[in-house]
Amino acid sequence: MKKNLSIILLLLSFNVFASGGVELQDADVDVSDSGSIQRGAKHYVDYCLGCHSAKHIRYKRIAMDLGVEENKILDNIAPVGAGIYDQMNTAMNGHDSSKWFGTQPPDLSLIARSRGADWLYTYLKSFYKDDAPTGTNNLVFEDVGMPNVLWKLQGIQAPVYETVDGREVIGKLVMEKAGTLSEKEFDKFVTDLVNFLVYIGEPVQLERQSMGKYVLFFLFMFIVIAYLLKREYWKDVH
Amino acid sequence: MKARMTSCGNWVLERFPMSKLWNEHMAQYYAPKNFNFWYFFGSLALLVLVNQLVTGILLTMNYKPDAKLAFDSVEYIMRDVPWGWLVRYMHSTGASAFFLVVYLHMFRGIMYGSFKQPRELIWIFGMLIFFCLMAEAFTGYLLPWGQMSYWGAQVIISLFSAIPIIGDDLSLWIRGDYVIADATLNRFFAFHVIAIPLVLLLLIFLHIVALHEVGSNNPDGIEIKKHKDANGIPLDGIAFHPYYTVKDLVGVGVFLFCFASVIFYAPDMGGYFLEHANFIPADPLKTPEHIAPVWYFTPFYAILRAVPDKFAGVIAMGASVCVLFLLPWLDRSPIKSVRYRSGIYKKALFLFVVSFVALGYLGTQSATEGVTTASRIFSVIYFGFFLLMPIYTSWEKGKPIPERLTEQGSLEECIPKIVDTFNEVTVKKPIKAADGTTAVKLRPNPSGIASVLIRFLKRLKASLD
Amino acid sequence: MNNEGVDTSKRQFLTSALTVVGAVGTGYLAVPFLSQMQPSSKAMAAGAPVDVDISRLESGQLLRVAWRGKPVWILNRPPEMLKILEDMDPFLADPSSNESIQPETSKNAVRSIEPEIFIAIGLCTHLGCSPTFRPEIAPPDLGDDWQGGFFCPCHGSKFDLAGRVYSGFPAPTNLEIPPYRYVTETQIIIGEDTVEDSA
Repeated sequence: MKKNLSIILLLLSFNVFASGGVELQDADVDVSDSGSIQRGAKHYVDYCLGCHSAKHIRYKRIAMDLGVEENKILDNIAPVGAGIYDQMNTAMNGHDSSKWFGTQPPDLSLIARSRGADWLYTYLKSFYKDDAPTGTNNLVFEDVGMPNVLWKLQGIQAPVYETVDGREVIGKLVMEKAGTLSEKEFDKFVTDLVNFLVYIGEPVQLERQSMGKYVLFFLFMFIVIAYLLKREYWKDVH
Repeated sequence: MKARMTSCGNWVLERFPMSKLWNEHMAQYYAPKNFNFWYFFGSLALLVLVNQLVTGILLTMNYKPDAKLAFDSVEYIMRDVPWGWLVRYMHSTGASAFFLVVYLHMFRGIMYGSFKQPRELIWIFGMLIFFCLMAEAFTGYLLPWGQMSYWGAQVIISLFSAIPIIGDDLSLWIRGDYVIADATLNRFFAFHVIAIPLVLLLLIFLHIVALHEVGSNNPDGIEIKKHKDANGIPLDGIAFHPYYTVKDLVGVGVFLFCFASVIFYAPDMGGYFLEHANFIPADPLKTPEHIAPVWYFTPFYAILRAVPDKFAGVIAMGASVCVLFLLPWLDRSPIKSVRYRSGIYKKALFLFVVSFVALGYLGTQSATEGVTTASRIFSVIYFGFFLLMPIYTSWEKGKPIPERLTEQGSLEECIPKIVDTFNEVTVKKPIKAADGTTAVKLRPNPSGIASVLIRFLKRLKASLD
Repeated sequence: MNNEGVDTSKRQFLTSALTVVGAVGTGYLAVPFLSQMQPSSKAMAAGAPVDVDISRLESGQLLRVAWRGKPVWILNRPPEMLKILEDMDPFLADPSSNESIQPETSKNAVRSIEPEIFIAIGLCTHLGCSPTFRPEIAPPDLGDDWQGGFFCPCHGSKFDLAGRVYSGFPAPTNLEIPPYRYVTETQIIIGEDTVEDSA
C-alpha cells in the first residue's frame, strides 16, 4: 500500500528534486529503524557537527522519539558539555567558516526535505580527486566548497573520463586508495547518516503516519453513518 | 428548567430574527432536487474557509512576521509547539484544497450555466472571491520566508513593473523596499491575516445572499420556480434542510477523508503543496535553479511565459483571469445546462478544460522551447474559448429542454458498474511465490483495459455531440 | 414529495449517531487545537531546572535567579532572623502553611530544607507582583509591628522572612516555595526535588 502510494506520487511528481543531470542512487532509508538513526546521529556528531549545525532539533527530542534514555543520548551521542534541552549547535562560528570555505556551511535540519534522501546519499558517495582547493570535487554538486570529510572511511576515488558527443565527461569513479571501511560498510554508514537527516527533517513523521490510520478509520465511520442518514431522508424525495 | 430555557429562547427570538433566518436560508429554502456531486463544492469551500480561519489564527500565535525570525518560527511551529505540525499542515494543505474545490465549483457554474441571467451578480461576486483568494494565497506564500516564497514574490511583484510609466514606482510601493525585504513580509502578513480575509468574508456573504435571492440553478438548467404548488413551493424543490444538509455531510465526510490522507501521509504532496526549495531559508543572493509557482497558479503562469513580450505577457495573464468576469455576456445561448446545448459548445468546453489542465502542467516545467510552443497553442485555445464565444454560441442549435427536472442515475447506482469495469480490466492469476506456495493475485488484463478504453472514448465522443 | 411510511425512529437514531460521531470528532480535533497553546518545547527548555551556587551568598544577603521566567529568591537568614520567625504566629494568616504551596520537605516552621537558606518564588500570591525585600525592623513607612520581611508595593500585602503572609492583607496564601534540592552543600538545583524527576 505504502509502496503503491509512493510510486503514484513519484509518477505525479514532475517537480522532482534537482540532481544536476546525474542519476541518483537509491537511499534505502527507514525512519522507523531507531538503531540506524542512533548510529546516524553519532556519525553526524562525529563528522558533520563540527561545521554544520542542526539547530531545529533538540537532544531531548531525539531521546523522546527514539525511545532512548536521555543519559545515553548525552553520553553516547551528544558532544561533551551539551545539555539535554540544547539544540544541535555547531562549535564553529560563521565568520571563520565564511573565510575558510567561502561560504557559511548551511544548517542541515531541513536538508533532507529540500534535497531528498537519494540526493544526499549519492552526494556523500560521489566525491572524487580533483585540483580544486579542497582537493576534491563532487559529481552531483560541482565545485562544492565542502571537502570530503569521509575520505578516511571511504578511500579516495578517481574519475574515469569518457568522450560523449565530443565532450569529455566523467563516466564513473574508481577507488584509487581504499579506506578503512569496505564498500558495503561505507554504504551502510552513509545510509545511517542519511536516515538521521531524513528523521530530523521532520521528527514528527513517524507519529504522523501512525496516527493517520485512526483518523481515516474514524472518518470512514462518519461517512457510513452520514450516508445511511442521507439515504433515509432521501426516501422522501425519490 | 425547560420552561426557563424556552422563556430565555423567546427573549432572544423577540429581539433577533433567528427563526426567520433559519427558515429563509435552511428549512424553507427550496433547492432543486436533482443536484449531483458537482454541487458539493460550494459547501466544501465554506468548510475549507473555516479550516483556514481557525488554523490561521492558531498559526499567528507562534509565527513571527520578521525577515530574521520568520523561517525559524515556522520550523518552531513544526517541531516545538505541541501539535503545531498538524495545524500547519492543515493550513498548507487547506490552501491547495481551497483552490481545488473552488476550481471545481467554478467549472460546475460554467458547465450548467449558473452564471446566466438571473445569476450574473452571483458570478461576479464569485469571481471577486476568486480574486481575493489568489491575493490571499500569494501573500500567504511569502510568509514561510523560504527560497520559493522569496523568489516567487520577487517574480510576481516584478510583473507590476512591466506597467508603463508607473510600473517601477508601483512595484517599489508594493514592496516598501528596493528588494523583497522585511517591510514586504510585514505588510504581506497584515494583508494575509486581516485585510483580505475581511473582504473575503464580506464577499462570501454577498455571494450567498444573492444566491438565496434568485435560488439555485441545477444540472438541467431550468428554473424550478416556474412550477409551484398551491402553497407557492416549487414542485421540483426540496427543503435545503434536512435534505441537502444530510447530503452535504456525506460530501464533507468524503472530502475530510481525502484531506486527512494528504495531511497524514503526503503533506508536501511530492513537492506540489509544499515545494522542496521552500525548506531553504530565503537568500536574496541566490535564486533556486527552477522557480515555479504553486500548482494552483501554474495555468496563469504558463500564459505569462507564453507571451514573448514582458508587458504583453502581464496583460495576457491578467486578461486570462479577468475574461472570466465577462462570461455572462460572452455566452449568447439562452440554454443554461450543457446537457441541452449543441455539440459545438460541448467541444469548446472540452477543449477549454484540456487547455486549462495542460497549461497547469506546462507552468510547472522549465521553459524549454517545446514547453513554450505548447503553452502558446493552449493559451490560444484558452482565450479562443472565451473570445470566440459570442460567435459560436449564436450559431448554436440546442436540444429540446424538458419542462420539469429529469432524474439521472445517482453515484451509488454506479457502484455495480464500477465493480464490473474493475473485473473487466483485471484478471486473477495464480502466481508462484519464492517459497513455492501459489497465491491467486490480481493482475491487469490488457485486452480488458483496451476494450474499456475504447468504450470510454466512444462515450466521450458521443457526449460531445 | 412523499412523507408516508417514514421510519422516524430510524431517522432519529441515525441523526443521534451522526451527532455523537461528529461531536467526538470535533472533540478530538479540539485537543490539538487547544494544546497548541500549551508551553512549547522551547518554553520547557527555558523552564528547565536551574543550577545555583550559593557558596558566596553571605548571611543576610538575598540572591535573585530566574526559573521559568519567574524571580526566585534565595535568602541566607542569620540566626537573629530565624529567632524573629518563632514569635510571628499571632500576626499571620497561615502560620503552619496548610493552605499554601510548597514541597513536603519545606512544610515546616521556617519553610525551608536547611533553616538558614530560604528559597521562594518572588511573586505575590495576590495578583503576581514581585514584593520588595525589607529586612529592616520597624521602618517609618511600614509601622512598628514590622519585623523584617517582604512587602508587596502593588496592594500592600506583607510577608515575613519565611514568606508567610500577615493576616488582614489581600494576598490569600504564603509565598510559593518551588521544588529544589541540594546537590552539594553549596549547590542547589531549583525546579526538581528528586534526582529521578530530571526526566
